[in-house]
Amino acid sequence: MSEDGKAEGKVKVAIVGSGNIGTDLMYKLLEEPGHMELAIVAGVEPESEGLKRARDEGIETTHEGIQPVLDDPEIKIVFEATSAKAHMQNAPKYKEAGKIAVDLTPAAQGPYVVPVANLTEHLDEDNVNLMTCGAQATTPMAYAVSKVTPVRYAEMVSTVASLSAGMGTRQNIDEFTFTTARGLEEIGGAEEGKAIIILNPADPPLIMRNTVYVVPENDEVDEDEITSSVNEVVSEVQKAVPGYQLKNGPTFDKRDTPWGEKPVIMMFLEVEGAGHFLPKYSGNLDIMTAAARKVGEGFARHLLGAEEVVA
Amino acid sequence: MTPDAKRTVRITDTSLRDGSHAMSHQFTAEQVREVARALDEAGVQVIECNHGDGLAGSSIQYGFSRESEMDLISEAANVCEQARIAALLLPGVGTIEQLKEAVKRGIGVLRIATHCTEADISQEHFEMAKELDLEAVGFLMMAHMRGPEVLVEQAKLMESYGADCVYIVDSAGAMLPKDAAERAEAMKEGLDCQVGFHAHDNLGVGIGNSLAALEAGADQLDGSLRGLGAGAGNAKTELLAAVLDKMGVETGLDAFKLMDAAEYTIAPMMPFEPMPDRDSISIGYAGVYSTFLLHAKRAAERYDVDVREIMVELGRREAVAGQEDWVIDVAMDVAKEKEGAAS
Repeated sequence: MSEDGKAEGKVKVAIVGSGNIGTDLMYKLLEEPGHMELAIVAGVEPESEGLKRARDEGIETTHEGIQPVLDDPEIKIVFEATSAKAHMQNAPKYKEAGKIAVDLTPAAQGPYVVPVANLTEHLDEDNVNLMTCGAQATTPMAYAVSKVTPVRYAEMVSTVASLSAGMGTRQNIDEFTFTTARGLEEIGGAEEGKAIIILNPADPPLIMRNTVYVVPENDEVDEDEITSSVNEVVSEVQKAVPGYQLKNGPTFDKRDTPWGEKPVIMMFLEVEGAGHFLPKYSGNLDIMTAAARKVGEGFARHLLGAEEVVA
Repeated sequence: MTPDAKRTVRITDTSLRDGSHAMSHQFTAEQVREVARALDEAGVQVIECNHGDGLAGSSIQYGFSRESEMDLISEAANVCEQARIAALLLPGVGTIEQLKEAVKRGIGVLRIATHCTEADISQEHFEMAKELDLEAVGFLMMAHMRGPEVLVEQAKLMESYGADCVYIVDSAGAMLPKDAAERAEAMKEGLDCQVGFHAHDNLGVGIGNSLAALEAGADQLDGSLRGLGAGAGNAKTELLAAVLDKMGVETGLDAFKLMDAAEYTIAPMMPFEPMPDRDSISIGYAGVYSTFLLHAKRAAERYDVDVREIMVELGRREAVAGQEDWVIDVAMDVAKEKEGAAS
């Protein structure tokens, strides 16, 4: 256990969805349960790889969807690792059953959460959304700059290995750009956000890369202060995602923008996965499951009445 | 004359889209009107006009447009009597929201571009294009990186989503005529829809590749006036018109009017003449995205490194279309290495 909290006991949690994301999250919860106890993994396909692996780990499983999860009053937190469509249907049922939903799909039924930036603000909600992998990776950088100086515009570019972009992302790639751009605004603090995603089929697969460009409101900025805020946030994110790295930057440049010639702060990130279940290049998926674990732990401690939440 | 029916090919002019790269996205409404009018009068049926990196390409990553691309689309649409306006869309950059706006501004053709292995990210955009009654054209970029078999498989996906034509896009200007021919031939054989070829002249064979693709069965070709486009530019529209005319291929273009348009309309507004110079040849030779050219030149200057070192490293990392951020990242890495070696 890495957290040195004061809370005692454990909160029972469930993972709904036994695909790549659900399975990777399962390994994370087993490795570092914190104040959570994984009670059940729910899927729909009894012979699925994910459910088999759960059984191998001695975890209870069901292939009858969410009903067994709803029926267990001790389960307080549900990690939704299905699809946006499924979560839209499931969300009211979790609510009715008095469970907190941590949503890893793009359904956005609850407020956006990025642990390093705003987890503590939403601990009384019963549904929170983790947006996209790109948002989990890049909004912390915009947020780090926003803490020092107002941000006019933030732009992110994610390059993801083709092999780690599933059909959900591929069939609805617009959703990634919309949601991530909104994340840069709502969590990154930018007046305007923009997101771009590129899939790269290089072999061997490349590790997830993200570039963040931030245009501050003011023409003069304190470069040292921004640099230390960025480095601080990076090391905070690294606690949950050890493979999160600032490869280059923050570097300060001037560019012609629609708001005249402005300083631009550039940050070049690499996100390597922990390799719990998914390959290491899938930093995009790893950062989602790591964030989910962090958020679950935050809720668990809150439910147990911990005095402070170490997000 | 059925057995000997004259071969026809449709030329799309992309001066106002691919040319946007060479112009660093600084086209003005007046320039767009002049170019579109000249192309329209010369018989060009499709004029592509928007940010070089597609709808919503205006960004720090690619460079901000001086004037709103939507306004430029409106300007082009307003002056054309017969030509239809096309816009390019890269899923992951532009979205259906901008597509709908572009339709309101007057586009009749949408060209949807993905890396040559990623066609399945374009389904929602093709379906929306068809729903909006647009002609929908697929663009398989960096097509030199994969062989005919993969391209056909990817093109078939686009066809199944509703593509009326799929282009082989030599974004890196890295193909030789036989590469263009074997790809075009396989696509013609494997697809029911039309096949197109988009050239860059980095290795000096832009026209040659276009002709090779045409011989192999391509139905559509791209050009730009004076070759105004990324890297060493595209096949020159006026040159295509003249050559195709001499070959007896029907294009519906007036070669003389296009030569005038290149000479008197485009040439005076060009900041430089794209050509296979040292840096552009390097792009074709290394097989990297032509659009990296100006970004790499700026980064080379800023970080005091050789532009070719940046290109070669980008090629080694297998950068694909749209990864302009890697240009800076690589330049910084190269600079760091040099510093490390020096100290």
